[in-house]
Amino acid sequence: MKAIIIDDEPLARVIIKEYLQSFPKVEVVQECNDGFEGVKAIQQQQPDLIFLDIQMPKINGFEMLELIEEPPAVIFTTAFDEYAIRAFESHAIDYLLKPFSKERFDKAIGKLLDQRNASYARETTPFLLETASQSPMQQQRVVVKIAGKIRIIPVEEIHFLEAADDYVKIHTKEGSYLKNKTMSHFEQTMDPQFFVRTHRSYMLNIQQITRIDPYEKENHIAILKSGSRVPVSKAGYVKLRSVLGL
Amino acid sequence: MFTAWWLVWATLQAILINNFGFDLKISVVDSLVTNIQLMGGCWLVNNLLKFYLPQKDKYWYILIMSAGLSGAILLNTKWILTTFLSDQAAYASFISNSLPVRFGISFLLIGCMTILCVLWYTVEEEKENQQRKADVERLTREAELFKLRQQLQPHFLFNSLNSISALVGSQPEEARKMIHQLSDFLRGNLKKEEQKWVAVSEELQYLQLYLEIEKVRFGHRLSTNIDMEPDSMAMKMPPMLLQPIVENAIKFGLYDTTESITISITGKVQDSSLEILVQNPFDPETSYPKQGTGFGLNSVKRRLYLLFGRNDLLDTSATENIFTTTVKIPQTA
Repeated sequence: MKAIIIDDEPLARVIIKEYLQSFPKVEVVQECNDGFEGVKAIQQQQPDLIFLDIQMPKINGFEMLELIEEPPAVIFTTAFDEYAIRAFESHAIDYLLKPFSKERFDKAIGKLLDQRNASYARETTPFLLETASQSPMQQQRVVVKIAGKIRIIPVEEIHFLEAADDYVKIHTKEGSYLKNKTMSHFEQTMDPQFFVRTHRSYMLNIQQITRIDPYEKENHIAILKSGSRVPVSKAGYVKLRSVLGL
Repeated sequence: MFTAWWLVWATLQAILINNFGFDLKISVVDSLVTNIQLMGGCWLVNNLLKFYLPQKDKYWYILIMSAGLSGAILLNTKWILTTFLSDQAAYASFISNSLPVRFGISFLLIGCMTILCVLWYTVEEEKENQQRKADVERLTREAELFKLRQQLQPHFLFNSLNSISALVGSQPEEARKMIHQLSDFLRGNLKKEEQKWVAVSEELQYLQLYLEIEKVRFGHRLSTNIDMEPDSMAMKMPPMLLQPIVENAIKFGLYDTTESITISITGKVQDSSLEILVQNPFDPETSYPKQGTGFGLNSVKRRLYLLFGRNDLLDTSATENIFTTTVKIPQTA
């Protein structure tokens, strides 16, 4: 069983390796300092298990997992994070609160070595991410991967969002990015003061609007600073007016 | 003074009655009887108001009280004087004739006394309220300051314990050293007195403890550069003010870049105030400086406000990829 440890504190990695000595079946193939290294390592090594810290440089543990298509089984290791703990508790994935004992660690590994639990853990990861991403920290930025590179987009830079099959297309000044999420996910997690879902397939940043024109009967269209034209449905127009205070 | 005043008043009345052509004995007795009663009346008013002050809209109470008391005193005086000095017909008719004047004087005197007492006791009560309010404010302020100093980041504590746990296996000596550093740091955090300012050199020693622990946690990624003007080292500052600022800088720096970072701490004397700059690198591409003024800095700002009543002592600025937090400490206390 291949494992990767992703934690920005060297001593935190040391103790996991030490505890793992009593599990010869589990082999640590790589150690990573941050989420960027983590994404790369997971793609190259295809591990069965990762130990993942949450608070890390640049992107946190949850954001890193979002970038991986088929995440392996995860054991989270964290010191203190209210949102994270709530996420774990509701989805029964194992997590270790630092500092953790050998006994507690053995229990977590034992659970995952049981094949049935391991696949269960993998299946619940998306739910876990959904819960965790509702923490306020997540609403300030969106992490995407493009051509193998990771890009962190502050929400202020988002012009508008567009539904595209199973993805959401994020439009910014630099171009557009695809994110494997639903429109309703963004509707729930973005600040409703600034992002309004104006249409079944569109959501826009109100700070980008230059004007709103009528379009066909009962519909409108919002013209953004970038020149983009975003459809506004009848219901969307009502919402938009109330947010803009018209 | 109260008695002396009444003596003057009684003498005046005696002379006045004497001038109407009555003999000295009658004048003195009349004056004494009247004034002793008035004195009693005023004393009564004073004591009544000491324990019961009328509400603002019940000032008619003062009027009724003065009038009632004056009436009672007048009747009593008339009765005493006519009973004991009734042998002179001229005097008896003088008493009857002077009743309205006597009533007027009593009413004025007692009324004045009442108003004086009401004013006096209202002021006293107000003073007491002010004092109580000031006490409550002082206590809440102290409690808040204590709480602000105590806001230890749980992340720091648990991660440090985790590092110690890791060191115990491989480097027990290092683990022991870190336990001692952490204990000293926590002890400093528990100190109660806010009033006691410390020398900058002492605060830096405390900061050093914190930095040592963080360096064990983050290994080679974290280095620090402390540069203090010699003059600034002798200046005073509130204890544990620097640590949350540096903690904020470390977090901001370490979590915003993946490279090694250097935190610089510079101290200097500026217009006879102490000025300390804490700088950390950040990535302008992905970061929003507003995040740098996180909870840590808010509590420092609040503390400075409670201590100095000023909001302009903590300042942050970002240039290229360096974020600077500046704190000014006036040397007043």
